[in-house]
Amino acid sequence: MSRASITKAHTKIQELSWDPTYVEPVEKYATDYTFEKAPKKDPLKQVLRSYFPMEEEKDNRVFGAMDGAIRGNMFRQVQERWMEWQKLFLSIIPFPEISAARAMPLAIGAVPNPELHNGLAIQMIDEVRHSTIQMNLKRLYMNHYVDPAGFDISEKGFANCYAGTIGRQFGEGFITGDAITAANVYLTIVAETAFTNVLFVAMPGEAAANGDYLLPTVFHSVQSDESRHISNGYSIILMALADERNRQLLERDLRYAWWNNHCVVDAAIGTFIEYGTKDRRKDRESYAEMWRRWIYDDYYRSYLVPLEKYGLTVPHDLVEESWNRIWNKGYVHEVAQFFATGWFANYWRIDAMDDTDFEWFEDKYPGWYDKYGKWWEKYSELGVRNGHNPIAFEAEANYEYPHRCWSCMVPCLIREDMVVDEVDGQVRTYCSETCHWTDAVAFRPEYQGRPTPAMGKLTGKREWETLYHGMDVADIMTELGYVRDDGKTLVPQPHLDLNPKKMWTLDQVRGNTLQSPNVLLNEMSKEDRDKHVAQYKAGGPAGRPAPAPAEA
Amino acid sequence: MSTTTEDGGKKERNVPKPVFTDAEAGSQEFPSSTSRSYNYFTPAKRRASVYEDVTFDVQPDPERHLTQGWIYGFADGSSGYPKEWTALKSTDWHQFRDPNEEWEQTIYRNNANVVRQVQHNIANAKAAHSFAQWNRNWVDIVAKHVSAFAHGEQGIGMYVYTPAQRDAPTNMINNALAVGAVHKLRFAQDIILYNLDLSEEIESFDGQAHKETWQSDPVWQGVRRNIEQLTATRDWAEAFFATAVVYEPLVGELFRSGFVMQVAALQGDFTTPTLMGSGESDTAREQRGARALFGMLAEDPEHGEANKATMRDWLAAWTPVSVEAARLLQPIWSQLSEKAVRFEDSLERSQARFEGLLSDIGIETPKEAQTV
Ligand SMILES: [Fe+2]
Ligand SMILES: [Fe+2]
Repeated sequence: MSRASITKAHTKIQELSWDPTYVEPVEKYATDYTFEKAPKKDPLKQVLRSYFPMEEEKDNRVFGAMDGAIRGNMFRQVQERWMEWQKLFLSIIPFPEISAARAMPLAIGAVPNPELHNGLAIQMIDEVRHSTIQMNLKRLYMNHYVDPAGFDISEKGFANCYAGTIGRQFGEGFITGDAITAANVYLTIVAETAFTNVLFVAMPGEAAANGDYLLPTVFHSVQSDESRHISNGYSIILMALADERNRQLLERDLRYAWWNNHCVVDAAIGTFIEYGTKDRRKDRESYAEMWRRWIYDDYYRSYLVPLEKYGLTVPHDLVEESWNRIWNKGYVHEVAQFFATGWFANYWRIDAMDDTDFEWFEDKYPGWYDKYGKWWEKYSELGVRNGHNPIAFEAEANYEYPHRCWSCMVPCLIREDMVVDEVDGQVRTYCSETCHWTDAVAFRPEYQGRPTPAMGKLTGKREWETLYHGMDVADIMTELGYVRDDGKTLVPQPHLDLNPKKMWTLDQVRGNTLQSPNVLLNEMSKEDRDKHVAQYKAGGPAGRPAPAPAEA
Repeated sequence: MSTTTEDGGKKERNVPKPVFTDAEAGSQEFPSSTSRSYNYFTPAKRRASVYEDVTFDVQPDPERHLTQGWIYGFADGSSGYPKEWTALKSTDWHQFRDPNEEWEQTIYRNNANVVRQVQHNIANAKAAHSFAQWNRNWVDIVAKHVSAFAHGEQGIGMYVYTPAQRDAPTNMINNALAVGAVHKLRFAQDIILYNLDLSEEIESFDGQAHKETWQSDPVWQGVRRNIEQLTATRDWAEAFFATAVVYEPLVGELFRSGFVMQVAALQGDFTTPTLMGSGESDTAREQRGARALFGMLAEDPEHGEANKATMRDWLAAWTPVSVEAARLLQPIWSQLSEKAVRFEDSLERSQARFEGLLSDIGIETPKEAQTV
């Protein structure tokens, strides 16, 4: 269809809407935002008549590439280090996609603009497309990659692993709570507009560098729908800004959504890209460099800051602090190290870093070796199955198992930043001031003295370790189902060697008891707790415990 | 912010030379080296279909593998996909499979085919100047009534099925409802864009008449009331039931098949029936889903009787609304000079379809539901 005829068709389909007179509109999903005074904003023009054939065409290219990859035996040249992390990534990502579909009626119900509703409904089916196309890609990996274990329990692993739960915020956050907070600010204004660049552009680039050209085919195809979604979200935020009463809520939600996305997405994608790759050419960009370009420059400076001309204050301090965490506080390195420490509770294998990796890290992040090098050498050494325990349970690793952030559920890895507070009758730990604020201030029925009856709540058993406090690791792994089909070899491994004699089994992890840092913290006396917290905050980097204070 | 184009393709980075890793299936033997199927759910048949593989358990459930529970709640404390969002109950909602097995590939293939077919038919009709054969009366019926019908389809797609796909407890149900939503939206757009074509082809065709017809012509007020009530229904299963099981046979099919597809050809119109036929076949797909879902709930070993009682209540509430909507449409049948089909015959056929659906689900037709 020509541009002119699309415009004409788009105008025509607006005739389909009408104002109901027989019923009062029901508020299906509550919001504290108001759109009474909002002037209507046009989203990108799209008509289903041209949409379906266009997407079908894109699909045909994807399926063609899949056939080609199988015929060309792509897996003879994929890096296992990379593919293993796909077991985590591809277990998480179909859920955010389908959640975005589920979020659309929240936005449709909140925003009185039928023209926009059409765009949102198309986004709904786009997201069904994304979710199922990604599940199908994973199915292909399971069928053709050397080690299917972990792919085979995919959605179960997503649902019962601590790492899946971290990722689940990026999904549940779209569909629950205040309709605009969830379906507009968190989903579109921040997750899609800012973070899909690292998800759908940086990830494919790295996949290709590791011999996998299918992930780029699928994810570029997904990303090509994204500009329409971004346009939907932008129309809604402009409408919201037309009403002064929304400003305070928008500022709250931008702070929450920005920070949570940073905590979760940078943790996961940063790890995949920096620690899941074998590409150590010096001219390949680091995650920090990509972040600076796509998130700081393209999103923050070109998209977010210009919103200030509508009288909105955007969270400059949090953007700067995110960068500070990535660049100065080693956020991604700390997270990758934690995933590797916790290998015994994962459903994928994690390769050790070697000298080539060390050299690259030192070049990209000067000072890296002094902080993390020794620990990764220890990880290699303790990855060998020869009678010792997983690294998390060996004192020689010199690593203090971390507290978990109650809000973002990534552990409090930047030790000095941890905040401890009693909230809702429980002593909770937070990775940062903003995560503390998210729980204690933002997700409450009142904000800065104003009632926010539609605001959501943080719920669930948020500290994973609480579920298994006092349990033997072998029993935990059996319960989780992360055991291979011989009934004893673990799905996760601290190395990539598939020689059965070198693979860890339930026997090598038995005898280690998992403890919940939060349960222990709550059991302490106030005095002991203060001491413990001071000691914890003096620790790091790389999880190194601070030297014990001299006794008085 | 995205810098990709609609066609994808950010500047590709140069990548390192391929290295052989031998990471293909079968290159080594070790525990689980042949574990090549998703093993966390039980397929309906012996082997899982692609549809099941790409759909099942993507939406987690605390009753299955979700150990930490939902991590966000609504203000009232409910979270995730509350089972209380419908009055119906199931011992296992995950038993439901979409009989149409819709996923990415089927959705785009089917809808693109329909779009092509419809456009093809319209282009042929234009080329053959067949719109010129239409009599004045029929032109008026298409401009007003056929086009007014599109509003209701849009209403169902956007404000009944789209919210319903947020609300059901499993991914299998929600995806089926999402597909139902876009079927309706596509069909509504196809009708109204056909209206645009006709405005350009037929001089006397009033392309705007449908709005007034829908909004205030008494003939359509029962349908509009029915649709508006459906959009205001909070219980997703009730909304789906009242749409697919009650409204569709009694009103939707009555108009599409019982009227347009019966009479158009006699008016020299061979195009409109093919368009209506595409809506009819979409509806049949959604009804297959409804039959499977409500049939499963009616047969539930624990809640079957209670579910049937709830569905009977729904029938008692919704059947009169749809019967009234249907009856008010009657004058359209009388507008035709040569009576190709009697309204009562069309309605009887609809009643039979309705009763057939109910008996497939396993509930008897209550007396409030007698249309004829
Ligand atoms: Fe998406
Ligand atoms: Fe946090």
